[in-house]
Amino acid sequence: MAKPPAPAQAPLIAARGLTKRFGDFTAVDAIDFDVAPGESFGFLGPNGAGKTSTMRMIGCVSPVTAGELRILGRDPTTDGPRIRGRLGVVPQQDTLDTDLSVMDNLVIYGRYFGLTRAESRRRAAELLEFAQLADRAGDRVDPLSGGMKRRLTIARALINEPSILLLDEPTTGLDPQARHLLWDRLYRLKQRGVTLVLTTHYMDEAEQLCDRLVVMDKARIVAEGSPRELIERYSSREVTELRFPVGVQETLADAQLEGIGDRIDRLPDRVLVYSDDGEAVGPAVHARGLRPETVLVRRSSLEDVFLRLTGRTLVD
Amino acid sequence: MASLPAAGRIAPARLSGRRAALMVERNTMALGSSWMMVLGGFFEPLFYLLSIGFGLGGMVGDVPGPDGRPIAYALFVAPALLASSSMNGAITECTFNFFFKLTYQKTYDAVLSTPMSPGDVALGEIGWAIIRSTLYSVGFFAVLLALGLYRSPLAILAIPAAMLLSWAFSAVALALTTWMRGWQDFDLIFLVTLPLFLFSGTFYPVTAYPEALRVLVEWTPLYQGVALIRALVTGIMDVGALAHVAYLLAMGVVGLAVVSRRLDRLLRK
Repeated sequence: MAKPPAPAQAPLIAARGLTKRFGDFTAVDAIDFDVAPGESFGFLGPNGAGKTSTMRMIGCVSPVTAGELRILGRDPTTDGPRIRGRLGVVPQQDTLDTDLSVMDNLVIYGRYFGLTRAESRRRAAELLEFAQLADRAGDRVDPLSGGMKRRLTIARALINEPSILLLDEPTTGLDPQARHLLWDRLYRLKQRGVTLVLTTHYMDEAEQLCDRLVVMDKARIVAEGSPRELIERYSSREVTELRFPVGVQETLADAQLEGIGDRIDRLPDRVLVYSDDGEAVGPAVHARGLRPETVLVRRSSLEDVFLRLTGRTLVD
Repeated sequence: MASLPAAGRIAPARLSGRRAALMVERNTMALGSSWMMVLGGFFEPLFYLLSIGFGLGGMVGDVPGPDGRPIAYALFVAPALLASSSMNGAITECTFNFFFKLTYQKTYDAVLSTPMSPGDVALGEIGWAIIRSTLYSVGFFAVLLALGLYRSPLAILAIPAAMLLSWAFSAVALALTTWMRGWQDFDLIFLVTLPLFLFSGTFYPVTAYPEALRVLVEWTPLYQGVALIRALVTGIMDVGALAHVAYLLAMGVVGLAVVSRRLDRLLRK
């Protein structure tokens, strides 16, 4: 029964050929990944890529159709309750208890994990401080803003002091200020050594929070690495965005831009030129007699990686 | 109680009374200041008792009791009202309130992310419904004592019998609610509970029915509860009481198994 403790470097989560099917539809198609202790790991991809299905399998609330999944060295098929006892889950949709106060939401959740009332209350009070909600402890959940509800959900997920925190699109639908506040809280958790596993379709979020990530598209993993590595591998140092007047954009021939930069992507509303020296692109375009309305030079991002890998933009 | 295995699923944790009690704890917290609402369930049978038991009973006189010998109409009706108030308490909790938590509030999605199992949730909600309906039963039973509407010390067992009835109805109501698509389906509940309330030997003996109909009615669950509680309150018992107990126990067990499985299918896709 009592197994020897796993070596420190053993992955907290290991998936091999992990597959999820709903009838004929394959939501997750034989993916492999490992998450190391203390790591902050991301699933990046558009809606419908299979991120949430993967997260639900890791959360032991969705049976694995095929392949192998080990969480904390255990099999979710047989050890679901024990694994869930060591996970914190922030689902995509808030599932806060609207019949209960902010404080009671945390207290009863701690009780579900088997904490005593006193211990659950102690942790709840601490977590409300962490989530910057202490002054709302006695309030109902409904009047809270979207950002506050998300922070409360994160606080709730921490009540059992989880080994792994699963966050499914933690900042979707939040305004920029609320997002930054949330990122700050998650960054603090990461600093404390909590293993974070998150899904996002926001590039900036992935770059902010993830040590390592996999890019998912159509139920498969199409790339894996640190944000930096992925950008180096699949993009260039800089990207120059050229916007041409309506009419010109559509009729522009590929040959007119050939040879400028390392690679060119044409989007419906703009042209992206990948190069190591973005500033040189503008003059080069002008030298060919082209007159873009705007020229924007920026650092390459995961958005460019995704475009390169799938031929599509991420948020459409 | 054994776990409820299903091939190809995440193995559920064994059913745990300790964990199920946490659903009761949650519901107690949620009740907060709205516990006054619960009072309605106490007054309803009292009003029926006063109007029908005594008002109408004054004109009816005696009716045949469980053994065919005549008893006062109020004594005949009172145990049946205790039974049907227990049924109503269980059904309100396990249809409307359960549906809201299941479908809109997503309470159980959150609960099932913890070590709690679908069986724990189901058992906890049944336990809560039993507690709620027992409050009604105890209140109404006190009225029966005060009015002298009992014939035997066995009458005190009417309270555990009402709890058993509540167990059976809550479990089945939870199970059926998992198939409800929207609030419009709740009209169907009244199509079931109202005839049960009116025709289960509540207000007149089932011997009033033609033979075939009588047998049919005797197989309905509220009749089982009414007959059991009436036997206890009047002290006119036979081995049939054990059959009623077995029926209601089994009905609850089947309901619990079905609702546990349904919650697993619905929430652990």
